[in-house]
Amino acid sequence: MTAEVEAPPQLAAPKGHVPGEPGLWVFLLGDMVVFGIFFGTILVLRGQEPEMFVASAETLHLEWGVANTIVLLTSSLFVVIGLHLARVRHHRAPMFFLAAVACGLVFAGVKAIEYTSLVRDGHTASVNDFYMYYFMFTGIHLGHVVLGMGALLVAMRISRPTLTGSPRVASLEGVASFWHLVDLLWIMLFATLYLVR
Amino acid sequence: MPDSALKSRATKASAVVWAALVVFTVASFVLGGEHLIEPSPLAAAVVIGIAVVKIRLVGLHFMELRHAPIALRLVFEAYCVGLIVSLMAIYVMV
Repeated sequence: MTAEVEAPPQLAAPKGHVPGEPGLWVFLLGDMVVFGIFFGTILVLRGQEPEMFVASAETLHLEWGVANTIVLLTSSLFVVIGLHLARVRHHRAPMFFLAAVACGLVFAGVKAIEYTSLVRDGHTASVNDFYMYYFMFTGIHLGHVVLGMGALLVAMRISRPTLTGSPRVASLEGVASFWHLVDLLWIMLFATLYLVR
Repeated sequence: MPDSALKSRATKASAVVWAALVVFTVASFVLGGEHLIEPSPLAAAVVIGIAVVKIRLVGLHFMELRHAPIALRLVFEAYCVGLIVSLMAIYVMV
């Protein structure tokens, strides 16, 4: 007679596993394509009016852009660790999702300071196409950050060990994938708006 | 609950990926923003190339796509290739 032993929960996803609900990936990949068009649009603008593009890009606060990139990367690490811990029903899992929310708040705060500074210097969306696209694309991205922070707060709640079962892990994976998407999109927005000359 | 989960191999691997991403971020800041190399298609190629490498790291390791079914992984890999090819082409040709 063989006793059935439940496999121990794993920290990492097993092979052949779709993180989150498969349907979510239609949305995530669609969003990546839409942003891909944004990235292309920025470079088309650079090609058409290179002097205006470079002069305007140089008024952006590069250091804050770098800081915000690192803040989002760090938030992604917190989400990865939070998900690992939730899979083994560790009591510290919610703490890491909360830390990621804190990073999201820092990102939004720095963006608000950046927007205020640009507008105060007269670099508003109506000045030229660079600023119009800058405010539009980073604004849409900031909307993703806010949405993601809401999802992370839900993740915090459902990652508590007493509630964590298989369906909950799928929801956590979905939230985590969305947050990583927010990070991934910023990486290329930062490169095309702040760094490419 | 064992606290070893916090010091597991999976967690340490994620921290290594994070460190690589931060190094790449600083490298592209120095190369692109600080004009260590003159603004040129080469500089733009380096900046865009580094960004795509970072995107791939986030996708494969943080989003766990390296463990995903082959079809999903291939779609993501195709996105990365499409991104680098199309952005380079736009930069050079427009």
